[in-house]
Amino acid sequence: MSTLTSNDLALNAAPPLIFELGQEGRANRYVEEGKPLEQFLPKTLLRDDLPLPDNSELDVVRHFTQLSQRTFGIDLGFYPLGSCTMKYNPRINDAMASKREFAQLHPYTPDEFSQGALQVMYELERSLASLFGMAAFSLNPSAGAHAELAALLIAKKYFKDRGETRRDKVIVPDTAHGTNPASAAMCGFKVISLPSDERGRVSVEEIKKVLGDDTAVCMMTNPNTLGLFEDHIHEIAAAVHEVGGLMYYDGANANAIMGNVRPGDMGFDLMHLNLHKTFTIPHGGGGAGHGPVGVAAHLVEYLPTPVVRAALRQAQDDTRAQDDTRASQNGRPLAPSDTMTFSLDFDRPKSIGPMRSFWSNVAHAVRALSYMYANGADGLKKVSQLAVLNANYVRVKVADFLETPYPEICRHEFVASAQELKKATGVKALDIAKSLLDHGMMAPTMYFPLIVPECLMIEPTETESKETLDHFIAVLREIVETARKEPETVMAAPVTTVVGRVDETRAARQPNLKWEPA
Amino acid sequence: MYTPHTQADIRAMLDAIGVGSLDELLAVPDAVALKAELDIVPALPEYQIARRFEHMAAKNTGVDAISFLGAGAYRHYAPPAIATLAMRGEFLTAYTPYQAEVSQGYLQAIYEWQSYICLLTGMDIANASVYDGATALAEGAIMAINANGRKKLLVSRAVDPNYRAVLKTYCDGLDVEIDELAYTAEGTTDLAALKAAVESKQYAAVALQSPNFFGNIDVLAADALAAVRESGTVPIAVISEAMSLAALATPASWGAEIVVGEAQSFGVAPAYGGPYVGFIAATKEHMRRIPGRLVGKSVDNEGRTAYVLTLQAREQHIRRERATSNICTNQAHCALIATIYLALMGKTGLRDVAALNLERSRELATAVSAIAGVDLKFATPFFNEVVVDVHQPASAVLAKLQERNILGGVDLGRFYPELSTCILMNATELTSSGEIEALATALSEVVHVHANV
Repeated sequence: MSTLTSNDLALNAAPPLIFELGQEGRANRYVEEGKPLEQFLPKTLLRDDLPLPDNSELDVVRHFTQLSQRTFGIDLGFYPLGSCTMKYNPRINDAMASKREFAQLHPYTPDEFSQGALQVMYELERSLASLFGMAAFSLNPSAGAHAELAALLIAKKYFKDRGETRRDKVIVPDTAHGTNPASAAMCGFKVISLPSDERGRVSVEEIKKVLGDDTAVCMMTNPNTLGLFEDHIHEIAAAVHEVGGLMYYDGANANAIMGNVRPGDMGFDLMHLNLHKTFTIPHGGGGAGHGPVGVAAHLVEYLPTPVVRAALRQAQDDTRAQDDTRASQNGRPLAPSDTMTFSLDFDRPKSIGPMRSFWSNVAHAVRALSYMYANGADGLKKVSQLAVLNANYVRVKVADFLETPYPEICRHEFVASAQELKKATGVKALDIAKSLLDHGMMAPTMYFPLIVPECLMIEPTETESKETLDHFIAVLREIVETARKEPETVMAAPVTTVVGRVDETRAARQPNLKWEPA
Repeated sequence: MYTPHTQADIRAMLDAIGVGSLDELLAVPDAVALKAELDIVPALPEYQIARRFEHMAAKNTGVDAISFLGAGAYRHYAPPAIATLAMRGEFLTAYTPYQAEVSQGYLQAIYEWQSYICLLTGMDIANASVYDGATALAEGAIMAINANGRKKLLVSRAVDPNYRAVLKTYCDGLDVEIDELAYTAEGTTDLAALKAAVESKQYAAVALQSPNFFGNIDVLAADALAAVRESGTVPIAVISEAMSLAALATPASWGAEIVVGEAQSFGVAPAYGGPYVGFIAATKEHMRRIPGRLVGKSVDNEGRTAYVLTLQAREQHIRRERATSNICTNQAHCALIATIYLALMGKTGLRDVAALNLERSRELATAVSAIAGVDLKFATPFFNEVVVDVHQPASAVLAKLQERNILGGVDLGRFYPELSTCILMNATELTSSGEIEALATALSEVVHVHANV
């Protein structure tokens, strides 16, 4: 299989594919040798060949270590990717999730054998409900977009039960995340895109024009994707409720509001959270995430299954009561949940049903709860305050040398625009982004939201120090200054990375999506 | 916690912004201001967080029981090298590789994952992963609906009940109807009924699982495949035990156009249900309908090999309500784990694991069916799990086994009222002969005590 030359193995060249490394028969002995498959099944049911490489463990370790070194993460540097909340991922979270008792627990383990996992789910759910002002959450959906879909399915079923199937319109501001309209379409709703006003917000007057007895849901995020707080949210919610519609809160920006303002108090009936953003779950290169869906009291019955049910423990259960006493004497705080027993509740006739194979991304629930413990209510409030402080600090400094189309107090992120710079020099937002890579930083989100031309959406997060922010500001200033003097330098970026700009047209026109044997 | 700000920093930054206090910075209209007291456990120092989780972890006693649980989540050996590599901070704390120049490593790993899935399934293309097996089925069904515009699906009752339930959740949103195909006395899909059903040419797709939920090998026979093709129905193969791909004839070889499944078996921890990693593979005709991320191989501006996210015009961030799916997050990190697992095991290791699963599950089947009053429900070739009929309520038998610290399997009555005396039992390479003996001894006692009552 292997026909590599010394050139292929040179430093800095792309590492060979794992398929080009192996030699048949170079096996690792992780399990016993198996008998020939024909002893167990007729040959007609078996595959002819299994064309996979055999690699030594050392080769595999080197291969993936090399791949890791060609990958940029938060652990390597500043990651101001707007709308993605790339904050530090505390290692205690992973250590707790990796505990054998959580990691090796099979999902069909009976309730009485999985009380710890159920307690984690219960505590997390109750804490989220309080923090965001919702009656209840389901931890079932796998990610933000998945929870959005669950929320819209809840809305659809709710209206169907009420005989209001005429409600087929979902209102989505033009600043919304792309998943909002895509999720609405997956529920058969028609999407009405609502333009933002000159303040970058949804206007009460404009939304009233599109509201009617065909309004199902209004999907909003607050702060919105421009980083601005929708200060008329209660009036918007009242108007939507007035016509019998539901308010949906996209929780992608929840890092800006904890302990400050709650979706429930703003009038939202449905919401999702991206626990991987706000609650420090490693993004892992694009997932797995975790996306609980939350609802107000009138929608609780519709939540996806299962939900965790809790009951006070029987008083006669003396052994466990003693355990609890010992636990508290050992310095472990005795939470109310320590005196309860838990079960998974699947018997919910009005539920929209399950969204995924098994109950929840429980390993992530452990991580999120660990983060909740580390902060408490006061700590979470502080998290949001400092996220907003960091964003505004960067915003006022960046305004010295780049346009900021909405020059007012923002929340956890803000948008800058390279439109003027592009007109003057030809240097685009993309070029600035690529140039940041040369300085050991991730680029901000680019060209989103769609209403700001040459947009750079910057979210520093609260875990970054003032020194890091000052360095970022200095680098960005230098890039803009270079663009004005020698634009071609910026347009050539990046030059320090393992590859330069990639030919995306070729990738799309001549798709090569897998390795094939020669 | 995890905020580095000194009081002096905060003061200096507030001054730079020109506001007096953090409260002023986060001012909201009084109508929406937070007035409630938050009901959240007070902050704990890190050593107490660790103690608290130890306390809860100790209540997950199921991990120390003898277990024959499978049914869509499987216990397989995962070499420690996986965690060492996958938990490297560069992988763990990266996000979606939008900036290809600083994401070459992850992009290459995903390209390798796509290649592995194609090699294992025999298909032309595979995406960068979806949430799990059930959502893979739902997304695969949407691909078929988009391919031929039909609004009805045909699904075997031998497909994992959880997958079918999720498919129904999605279909309620899409206003798509689902008809189910019965299984036969052999515990496989009724192919005669399938042939008759597709004649109506109303189904977008027909979905079969192999090994099916009962563990039985359940594929389209040639005549059934011909009828499916003739009717313009898209054949979808569902794989919930990916380890079977190492041994069994590929879904491509029996005619699947779309293969959806769960790759948890490849080194991903059971973790009480997640996160796992779904995959979608298909023939190249479906390339522009496949949901989620795709990584392609290209070159950079100097002609060097380079990987990049491609065909993004299908995706929600570009196409919004006209996208092929709303999916944004994939399961990159779980896919990375699976890729490392496959690299470590290799052809030889995977074949060994598959053979050991076949062997131990047959040992299990032989041991339990030797007990008077216990039978195998079906006499059909199976992979690593088997339906055991105890001829009395399975739930009661399982409860008695639990008292002996044995998790005997999944009560099929939970999903199939007609199988309420049946238990789905699984054995893998990790199941020892001693455990099988312990189960057989306990089951023999439990069944006879019950029978005598």
